Amino acid sequence: MKYVITVGELTKHYGDVRAVDHISFDVKEGEIFGFLGPNGAGKTTTIRILTGLIKPDEGKAFVAGYDVLKKPIEAKQHIGVVPEVSNAYVDLTAWENLALIGKLYGVQPRKLKENATKFLKEFGLYEVKDKLVRAFSKGMKQRLLLCMALVNDPEVLFLDEPTSGLDVESARLLREKVTRYNKDGKTVFLSTHNMEEANQLCHRIAIINHGRIAAVDTPENLRAQSMELQYIEVAFSKTVDTQEFSENPSIIKAVSAGNKVRIYTAAPSSVIEFLVEYAKKNNVRILSLNSMMPSLEDVFLKFTRGKEAVIQ
Amino acid sequence: MSSLTEQFKRSLVVAQKNVKIYYLKGPVIVFGLVFPLFLALAYVIGRNIPLVEVLPGLIGMTTFFTATSVGPSIVPWETRSKTLERLLCCPVALWTIICGDMLSSFIFGLIISVIPLALTLVLGIQPLNFIVLLLGLIIANLCFAALSVLLSAYPPTDIPATTMMLSSLVKFPLVFISGVFVPVEQLPQWGRVIASISPLTYFTDMVRQLFINKGFYPLAVDFLALIAFTTAFVLAAIKVHEKTLTKRMS
Repeated sequence: MKYVITVGELTKHYGDVRAVDHISFDVKEGEIFGFLGPNGAGKTTTIRILTGLIKPDEGKAFVAGYDVLKKPIEAKQHIGVVPEVSNAYVDLTAWENLALIGKLYGVQPRKLKENATKFLKEFGLYEVKDKLVRAFSKGMKQRLLLCMALVNDPEVLFLDEPTSGLDVESARLLREKVTRYNKDGKTVFLSTHNMEEANQLCHRIAIINHGRIAAVDTPENLRAQSMELQYIEVAFSKTVDTQEFSENPSIIKAVSAGNKVRIYTAAPSSVIEFLVEYAKKNNVRILSLNSMMPSLEDVFLKFTRGKEAVIQ
Repeated sequence: MSSLTEQFKRSLVVAQKNVKIYYLKGPVIVFGLVFPLFLALAYVIGRNIPLVEVLPGLIGMTTFFTATSVGPSIVPWETRSKTLERLLCCPVALWTIICGDMLSSFIFGLIISVIPLALTLVLGIQPLNFIVLLLGLIIANLCFAALSVLLSAYPPTDIPATTMMLSSLVKFPLVFISGVFVPVEQLPQWGRVIASISPLTYFTDMVRQLFINKGFYPLAVDFLALIAFTTAFVLAAIKVHEKTLTKRMS
């Protein structure tokens, strides 16, 4: 398996603050790699190091086979970047922005024209290509940024919170385009806060917290590693006392809200048997019963704030 | 094609972008032309000074003020709008961007400074050697453009007004110590020492020699001094920008 991004023991300080603390991970060729973490966890710092914007204090980073520290220009030649904040030139038109970026990548004029036309049409911006970006909506600016990131046919695409603050339609379009780009065999490094987005798009996910990697795996495996977060949601015909539930060793915690009870357990089948017995004994009916796997959000909270933050 | 040539080509792309966004604006052009003219008029009015004596100073000031007019504000402005980050994500070195900023200042300064030069020719005042004057104009514009990118390097602010204010603090005293209003040979000894640390001194001295055949330094010294200042400004600008880049990005 070829790795397109390799990070080893990467560390970066801002004064006394350790923004990134000896992180290591690999991104395989052709995968969408999610990078999740709360605000200030070190996501943007990591992306800035990988895209050659800032230098780390320690560690190594290779992108597209090039050492980002020793050969930053060569590494950057193979990447496209959609940053966290919209940064197209608002005093240039959409076309001029694409032409500027294409020329800075050394894209040949004919290829540049072809790519610019193709992407502007694909992202629904061709009709407004001669308008100043100043007049664009946030969604249009974000689509333009993706066009700008793709204009050089990059091998690796870095996306830093690409759908943050976008309307549903624009966010969906962006996700569709990223998926299509990935299906062409290209690699995507996606930093996001959106769990649903990460779950939907990413082959693997790294969770970063306080500058350190807390977990790296597929969304499914991360959930499987967090089976203590699975729960049973049961609705009774009347409000019940959950005191008796806490005496059951299979039940980690029971939280009641009206006639509904959420029971966290690592052994759902034994708890279901217990609930059926409990209902018979207390002469209450079970109106509904659902066994729920932990969501990616639960997994994220577990790794960033601890199990207690989920089971409360 | 070597990577150096490719990077230089990309500098030209940055310069082209700068000219379009920052220089081709009415107020910028008017400032470049009118401001030195007003300074010269303020000096001349009420005093019996022949035009040919005023012109070297006018050409010097126009070149100096136009080549340094916008350059100091580009990097802070692009830091604020995050477009500097956009540029740096592209396969360009920091020096490529600095070189692009310098080139745009140079092109703008050169075009505008040709206007007072043309005015002298229209008025029938001929330089002793037009080619040397043109070469001097080119190297002076390069030097002042390099100074403008150095002025943009520190402090690593994202507020253009801060840089512009600080650059004015550097630029205005330079005009008064550089033999623009009082030729270097008429300055006291201490004044001559101070004048020698200003690049504008050498350009004004060169223009005076080429128009009225009066100069304090030999022409070769004027050229060498301007080349030395240009080299020092470029190297210092790259070094300081490199040092302050992380602060700009944070």
